[in-house]
Amino acid sequence: MTKQIITMTVNGEVKEVIAEPRELLIYVLREKMGMKGPHVGCETSHCGACTVDIDGKSVKSCTMFAVQAEGANITTIEGLGNPDALHVLQQNFKEHHGLQCGYCTPGMITRAHRLLIENPNPTEEEVRFGIAGNLCRCTGYQNIVKSILSAAAEMNAARPSSSDAIGQKTTEAAE
Amino acid sequence: MIPAAFEYHRPSDIAGALSVLTEYGDDARVIAGGHSLIPMMKLRMADVPHLIDLQDIADLKGMTIEGGIITIGAMTTQHTLITDEALFAACPIIREASLQIADPQVRYMGTIGGNVANGDPGNDMPGLMQCVDATFVLVGPDGTRTVKARDFYEGAYMTEREDEEILTQITFAATDAGYAYEKQKRKIGDYATAACAALITKAAGKVTSASIAMTNLSDVPVWSQAAGAALVGTPCDEAAIKAAVAAALEDIDPTEDNRGPVAFKMHVAGIIISRAIARAWSRA
Repeated sequence: MTKQIITMTVNGEVKEVIAEPRELLIYVLREKMGMKGPHVGCETSHCGACTVDIDGKSVKSCTMFAVQAEGANITTIEGLGNPDALHVLQQNFKEHHGLQCGYCTPGMITRAHRLLIENPNPTEEEVRFGIAGNLCRCTGYQNIVKSILSAAAEMNAARPSSSDAIGQKTTEAAE
Repeated sequence: MIPAAFEYHRPSDIAGALSVLTEYGDDARVIAGGHSLIPMMKLRMADVPHLIDLQDIADLKGMTIEGGIITIGAMTTQHTLITDEALFAACPIIREASLQIADPQVRYMGTIGGNVANGDPGNDMPGLMQCVDATFVLVGPDGTRTVKARDFYEGAYMTEREDEEILTQITFAATDAGYAYEKQKRKIGDYATAACAALITKAAGKVTSASIAMTNLSDVPVWSQAAGAALVGTPCDEAAIKAAVAAALEDIDPTEDNRGPVAFKMHVAGIIISRAIARAWSRA
């Protein structure tokens, strides 16, 4: 099938890329745009390692065709921070040992970023429910949750408090 | 995983989508959130030479609540169903059930229209829509028609919708009935081993109406008229709940799969139905 030109904004820059409609967004980001932050984990919509932020939503980019993102505004982990200027979440993952092998971390942090925008002051339970779409095989989640809660506290200390977001309250928690 | 090649269409209105559907027939399929269809395309279990993306069609978006009637555009995501306060006030069971679907990322993309139209017996919305007695609006080349959720499902992935029709809207009445959506699943993101939606109204300590529907316990969602009837007129005590559960279990037909054998599913279903009724009654 014919390739087409896809235009999207990635980490604040307008990008044009040529791809077939069947190409998944994760591969276009990694292989055609050089964004190697989002990882290919399970490739079956389960693990969340490929999570990116698209128009204010956390999305598993293995489960979206790049053509569907035509016109979209995308943020990857590269857009949140870099080794010289870590994002608050990255800094807290580092300090609280929120990663071991690191493979799930870009997805975890990108997801946590959106979670904290929607719910700046989450409970532990809300964090666990909010990252239920991201799997980690190393940490047991304890330190990931600690890192996110600590980042939330740090971000809240740096700005006036805002009200709790709705829709995050439930009795369930991540495995 | 690389799906087979396809041509991508992104119409800006329903007429445009219908014209592609009509032109390519079986070779065309619409895509809403894509979280059922794309995995199947990646596995090459779904062959879709012409993919019609509905995301730009304004008529499929939005939600209205007027005169006690809720109308939801098919492309409304589960995330919106969870966060919309007006919908929660008008029909709180929708948020309770939506929070139990898949995981956050999937709920940002998954739509109510895709969930009900796909016909997957594991999906939660079909049973929920039967519980609230929803009506689906279908638009095709011959015009618009409506089908009740309780009449829509024929078998696994088989529905009343014709190939060239698009499910555009879902309508149902606002309700202040006691409500509960109970779901047993092995882990977050899994489909139900058994799930039950219950709406119960009460007057003078007795049940005045009850609607009980179940998910993933047959090849279609099951609304059990007999289970509801077993509760009406009772004080929803232990005996009444037991009778309703027995009636509901008569109406289901689970099959053995990786979630367990039939006997286990019947056991889990009984517990889930009983919990849903008790919790809905406590809120009535």
